[in-house]
Amino acid sequence: MVINITPYSGLQWSDFWYVLDGAWRTVMLTIVSGAAGTLIGLVLGWARENSVILRYGLALYVDVTRSVPLIIQFILVNSVFSIFGLPLTPLEVGLLTLSLYMGVQTSELVRAGIRSVPEQLQKAARSLGMNYWQVQTHITAPLAIRTIFPSWIGTLIGLTKDTALVSVVGYIELLRAAQIVINRSNETLLILIGVGVFYFIICYPVSLYGRRLERRLAHD
Amino acid sequence: MIEIKGVRKSFGDNEVIKGIDLTINKGEVFCLIGASGSGKSTLLQCINGLESIQGGQILVDGHDVHDKRTNINELRQKLGLVFQQYNAFPHLTAIDNVALAPRIVKKMRRSDALALARQHLEYVGLGDKMHLKPKSLSGGQQQRLAIARALAMQPTYMLFDEITSALDPELVGEVLDTIRKLKESGLTIIMVTHDIAFARESADRVAFFDRGKICEIGDARQVISQPREERTRQFLQRVLQ
Repeated sequence: MVINITPYSGLQWSDFWYVLDGAWRTVMLTIVSGAAGTLIGLVLGWARENSVILRYGLALYVDVTRSVPLIIQFILVNSVFSIFGLPLTPLEVGLLTLSLYMGVQTSELVRAGIRSVPEQLQKAARSLGMNYWQVQTHITAPLAIRTIFPSWIGTLIGLTKDTALVSVVGYIELLRAAQIVINRSNETLLILIGVGVFYFIICYPVSLYGRRLERRLAHD
Repeated sequence: MIEIKGVRKSFGDNEVIKGIDLTINKGEVFCLIGASGSGKSTLLQCINGLESIQGGQILVDGHDVHDKRTNINELRQKLGLVFQQYNAFPHLTAIDNVALAPRIVKKMRRSDALALARQHLEYVGLGDKMHLKPKSLSGGQQQRLAIARALAMQPTYMLFDEITSALDPELVGEVLDTIRKLKESGLTIIMVTHDIAFARESADRVAFFDRGKICEIGDARQVISQPREERTRQFLQRVLQ
């Protein structure tokens, strides 16, 4: 009698649901930290472009966040909060780190966008009697947003893929979930192709919608 | 009335306006001529408060433009300014370009602001271009749009800063025709220009600027046809050749 023993067990439907749950977590991470990060970035970029004190005061945060690999930032955020006796859940570490990171990326786009608005247009608006805030909201902001929109979509897609790094602090998102299933089933290629398709399904609508919005915003 | 008293203006160490006294009366068409860099355009932006001054005083109907207590945004509504580079707002259609300031600065109802904008666009001959964005307009059309936009605030004074200098020669005429129309309406016009023929034809008075000072001022025909100052004569010879 031969007993066939293998360390691997075949793929099951439950694996599919498990990976799908990971995909949902990836989407959720992207939406929450994308929205929070964009909000941070708008305020941060505008503030740094309009105040010399804030430009230099916040330069350290911006430069550190941009220069240190994201994977290390997850670990740092995780450790710092633990050291101060406020341990965060892996989800909280992920959301906080990704939001701060997205905030910095967006803030630099916002600064570039504000600078792209010709000073002459702002002068023309002032000459009509508009005050500072009216110029900001009716002239500078709409023009800056049109300029940075395509790059912002790119940043958002980058963020979607960067969510995979949250796994280092133990959060099971799409890629980590897939790895767990691979370890059990040894179906590496099949599962990784499936994961790639998932990421594509998440990112492609964003870029598609982005392109449509971009066309609508264009100064035709 | 606009009173300019001993005005000085510097950019860093570079003094571009070196003490100017000038009074412009209501209903007058006043032209500033002179070489590039003589401070004419800067003076215009000082009148509007877009540039600070380092000495002297500018009074518009008795209000000190550079006094911190003056509500400059309110005062600017009296002073329409049109730039050399049109500066139409690229994200708005022609009618929205014109209606924006009446709507948000004068708090007009949207429908009233649009009606006002339509009326001013028709006045400058852009009645059929109202829903186009600036990108689809020619230079001359964009400049007329800028004039309509300034007029919609119903200013007492119009300041024109070399408004035909960036235009192709064949488009200059349509913009100058608009100014002629404005002159007839009795608006006070202060105009920086290189178009000497137009200044002679349309202006009541002309001032010749030279290195940050007024070198000669007087009746337009006299200054241009029989200048008293040697430097005015040299300048006119150069540009009229």
